[in-house]
Amino acid sequence: MKFSLSWLRDHLDYTASLEEICTILNNIGLEVESVDEPAKRLAGFRTAKILEASRHPDADRLQLCRVNAGPGFENIQVVCGAPNARADLHVIFAPPGTYIPGSDITIKAGKIRGQKSEGMLCSLRELGLGEESNGIAELSCTAPIGMDYVDYAKLDDPVVEIAITPNRGDALSVRGIARDLGAAGLGRLKTGLIETIEGKGNPDRQWKIDHHGCIFVTGRLIRGVRNGPSPEWLQRRLESVGLTPRSLLVDVTNYIMLALGQPLHAFDATKLSGNVLHVTHACPGEFLALDGKEYVLTGEDMVIADHQGAVSLAGIIGGQNSAVDENTTDVFLEAAYFDAVRVALTGRRLGVQTDARYRFERGVDPSMVRFALEEATALILSLGGGEAGPVVEAGKEPQTRRRATLRFERLKTLAGLDMDPAEAVRYLEHLGFEVADRDDEKATFLVPLWRHDVAAAQPLAQALSLSEELARKAAHHVNALEAECDLVEEVLRLKGLFHVAPVPLPPVGNAAAPSVLSERLPVVRRLCAGRGLMETVGFSFVSGQDAALFEEIETRERLVNPIAADLDQLRPTALVNLLRTLERNLARGLGQNGEAAFFEIGPAFGRNGNRTLLAAVRGGVTARYPGHAAQEPCWLDAKSDLMAVLEELGMPEASLSTTADAPSYYHPGRSGQLRQGPKLVLGSFGELHPRLAQIFNLTGRVAMFELDLERVPQPKVKRKSAPDLSSLQPVRRDFAFLAGADVAVQDVIRAVRMADRKLISDVRLFDVYEGDKLPEGYRSLGIEVTLQPKEESLTDQQLEALALAVEQSVQKATGASLRR
Amino acid sequence: MANDLEALRHETLQALKEAVTRSEWDAVRVGVLGRSGKLTMLLRQLGQCSPEERKARGQELNRLRDELTSLVEQRGKEIEELALQSRLEAERVDVTRPPVLAPQGLIHPISRTIEEMTILFAKMGFNVAEGPDIETQWHNFSALNTPDHHPARTEQDTFYLPPANDDSEAQVLRTQTSGVQIRTMLTQSPPIRIIAPGRTYRADHDATHSPMFHQCEGLVIDRDVTLGHLKYCLIEFLRAFFDKPDLPVRFRPSYFPFTEPSMEVDIGWSRQSGELGAGADWLEVLGSGMVNPRVLANCGLDPSEWQGFAFGMGIERLAMLKNGIADLRSFYESDLRWLRHYGFPVLSDIAAMGGR
Repeated sequence: MKFSLSWLRDHLDYTASLEEICTILNNIGLEVESVDEPAKRLAGFRTAKILEASRHPDADRLQLCRVNAGPGFENIQVVCGAPNARADLHVIFAPPGTYIPGSDITIKAGKIRGQKSEGMLCSLRELGLGEESNGIAELSCTAPIGMDYVDYAKLDDPVVEIAITPNRGDALSVRGIARDLGAAGLGRLKTGLIETIEGKGNPDRQWKIDHHGCIFVTGRLIRGVRNGPSPEWLQRRLESVGLTPRSLLVDVTNYIMLALGQPLHAFDATKLSGNVLHVTHACPGEFLALDGKEYVLTGEDMVIADHQGAVSLAGIIGGQNSAVDENTTDVFLEAAYFDAVRVALTGRRLGVQTDARYRFERGVDPSMVRFALEEATALILSLGGGEAGPVVEAGKEPQTRRRATLRFERLKTLAGLDMDPAEAVRYLEHLGFEVADRDDEKATFLVPLWRHDVAAAQPLAQALSLSEELARKAAHHVNALEAECDLVEEVLRLKGLFHVAPVPLPPVGNAAAPSVLSERLPVVRRLCAGRGLMETVGFSFVSGQDAALFEEIETRERLVNPIAADLDQLRPTALVNLLRTLERNLARGLGQNGEAAFFEIGPAFGRNGNRTLLAAVRGGVTARYPGHAAQEPCWLDAKSDLMAVLEELGMPEASLSTTADAPSYYHPGRSGQLRQGPKLVLGSFGELHPRLAQIFNLTGRVAMFELDLERVPQPKVKRKSAPDLSSLQPVRRDFAFLAGADVAVQDVIRAVRMADRKLISDVRLFDVYEGDKLPEGYRSLGIEVTLQPKEESLTDQQLEALALAVEQSVQKATGASLRR
Repeated sequence: MANDLEALRHETLQALKEAVTRSEWDAVRVGVLGRSGKLTMLLRQLGQCSPEERKARGQELNRLRDELTSLVEQRGKEIEELALQSRLEAERVDVTRPPVLAPQGLIHPISRTIEEMTILFAKMGFNVAEGPDIETQWHNFSALNTPDHHPARTEQDTFYLPPANDDSEAQVLRTQTSGVQIRTMLTQSPPIRIIAPGRTYRADHDATHSPMFHQCEGLVIDRDVTLGHLKYCLIEFLRAFFDKPDLPVRFRPSYFPFTEPSMEVDIGWSRQSGELGAGADWLEVLGSGMVNPRVLANCGLDPSEWQGFAFGMGIERLAMLKNGIADLRSFYESDLRWLRHYGFPVLSDIAAMGGR
């Protein structure tokens, strides 16, 4: 919402400076977005007169002008390229040092083609005031010489733009802003705004309301109007706030709307058929609006219709069939009070944004409807002539004011504000609240009709899961309490938030424990980064095509209104983003020397809902250094990364098992899943399937893993038992097993461990051999077993027995035999 | 000394001198002092001498044995030292060669900022709470006092998803993490003190808007919490986060459906230099307010018993201001050069997060 200070002065008596006004606006919740000060923007430009103009000796298109620009510049030479520069012309002159906003340059004195030029003669475009320029601006021949152009053109009128929050429909007018400023103590709201204009003759049109969305409607015919351009002052006002002047009738309705907040509409009365204007449900079908677009209406929508059909989409936009034009002489003005929700629903469905809709859906002042009509009438009559007919109305002007009670203690107990209750009451009265009842503890107010946001008892939306009793108890006082909050808020913003003293929070009582996930994330993050993985944050949505490579796409996870075609599907795994990241960085030649490694912790969507996943990829090759060739990452890197994270989260390797059944986007022979127990899959690891690698333009191997962080159980907090610090030396024995190709190392290790769970403290695979020395289809597994005697050293017999137990256990479990 | 002993002595000295390796030396030692070494043999033959001879020769032999033993030992040490010296010489390398460093990953500035916020609010008794990215409209809007037709609901460009099942309404990608507040109020009894950092989504994409970004919201519910507490909490946080104990903080009345009174929070900065805490301009960084009684009632809390405050801030925005990051979109582009430039080392001083 923009307004100029001169316009504000129409409604508010004040002496404050622009800066003070802006400070108060911010303090009271009308956020200043920008301030335009033409006097600053156009400083330096002054009126002048060309004394004589002659051809530049060395340039056909240039002229040498002798200019009188007043004191200090009485007789100077300016080189000018404008064809219309001529003697006796009154012009705008920019002396050296003037900033030219339209060209973004600062004028300097100098020579042009060898001739001295001591300034510049300007077009309006160069001042940033007009679009086109056919040479320099021509001022009236009565224009004084040497006057600041801003003063001459009466441009010294700063324009303030403020952001109006959706609850403050009452501030969408110059008068509404003036009222707020006045209440805050900055000046006094002017009264005597309204004239009542007696209509002549009999009404020739009636209103009929058949839509619940129209509460009150009023209108009148004005005959014999001259429609044409508005006077300059009106045009300038509209332009100052960014509106383009159209014609007197349209400009007046806009002007009154901006001034008073009440949207108006002007119909060309000769284009209306019949003598009834019907506010009713639209006939489903198309409606050609003033903006030249066709809108498809439904029976829900509210229109104003004449005998032949809709002439206006009520509260939103007029119809082209009844629009005023330059030939209009008889105009029917309409002003109404429409239901905010109805206007909002239709406006949103049709996607049509107008100043009228904007105001109606935020709530206009119902008591302003009649006044706005009278103001507009008066202005049309005075500027365009004509004769006003009688006012015709239908419906009922809302007059019931809601009540809201303020317990004065709440100023302190809610807002932390120490203030005199009388002062609080005074602020509210200045805003138009009327005291209905008051005692020492509290005051009850009648809420002004224009404050739809205060004590607006909307229905609750209580959780369905609440018990009936809880829901009732919670809802019992809610309307009164919210109304009270409204009043506290009003007092607070007028008094100023800076009066509230900060108070330290008391220590927490019985705060709940932080979430497990939030405690884990920093640890996991640091572990991964410490292993050389770079943390990334990718979008939660990816392209449907990419997503389909990873999982059968659920249409439930597809955005109804994506922002771009390649961001339309919620990702099934962050691997989608990570592989694209790998592709992009490698394509740019980045990620050399083992640096093409990334991880992300974030949501993944799909069959199992929205869960937090850790995913990582390693691509490219490791660094070369003497004695070490560059290496591609492999599945074991991924498994090692994954296992390291799980260990850190309290899941020792021995408690997990590996199965070779990772999702299909992994290389089927070089991937697996880590499980706890037979069912719970915690994560997968492996190499990227070569087919996907091709799609992602990745030529080398890619190692990757995923871990479902929400599935990793939280380790039970056990009190630690005393450590085993046996003084007996551990004994290590190596075994070599001849195992069939289908024997899994995991099973061999497990069988070894099972041979003597007390004595065997560690089992490690130290060698895998496949080659000619073995029967075909067999491999040799070198296993190191650590024995930790507890009470006394092991005897040879014990060691032999153990070796036998190991051999038999492995043989039984896997069929692998000991190599001798 | 007898001639033979003199010869043996001479011979041994010569041999020791010639022994260079440990095995040569050992051969000398064994050949003289070993079990069947020359000197040992001579000592053994002593028994065959007459008693008079035995005494004199015995003394001589013993003296020679002591001498040779010490000479052999001495030579042994010399040889050991020589061997060590030559090994050290042989093992000499070019120590100017670069070290082998494993590539180091870094923490993304968004994560780091969330961690900093978590720590600063934890000091004031806040715990972290989480919720799903896909929300029902009730959790994202209705419970937060934003009814269907409310202009605030149209101002947010919301991403919609098909309904979870046939008879439910469309779901949304959360436009704020307020749903977490709602869930907390439904499942936890007050007093409540949580922050909810997380991903949020709005259908907006340009230089200053990203369709996905992060927010951190906070909620305090108690019996006597006032706007004074809100001010303290946010002033403390902002000054600590930006490590500027005198950072100007301004509270400005505003409007959110879920709080009342509502206010936006600005910090002082210089528009010209971009420096925080300097200059005469203000920069909006937060939204906040006292929780609207309707929101409490929607969640089953009796507003005549409980009240509190809530706030919300953009994580990227604060990260950009604190770390001088210019472009919002670069957060999600995962360009290694950018990540290396703005990422935080794993072991960077956690205590320094937020300065004080």
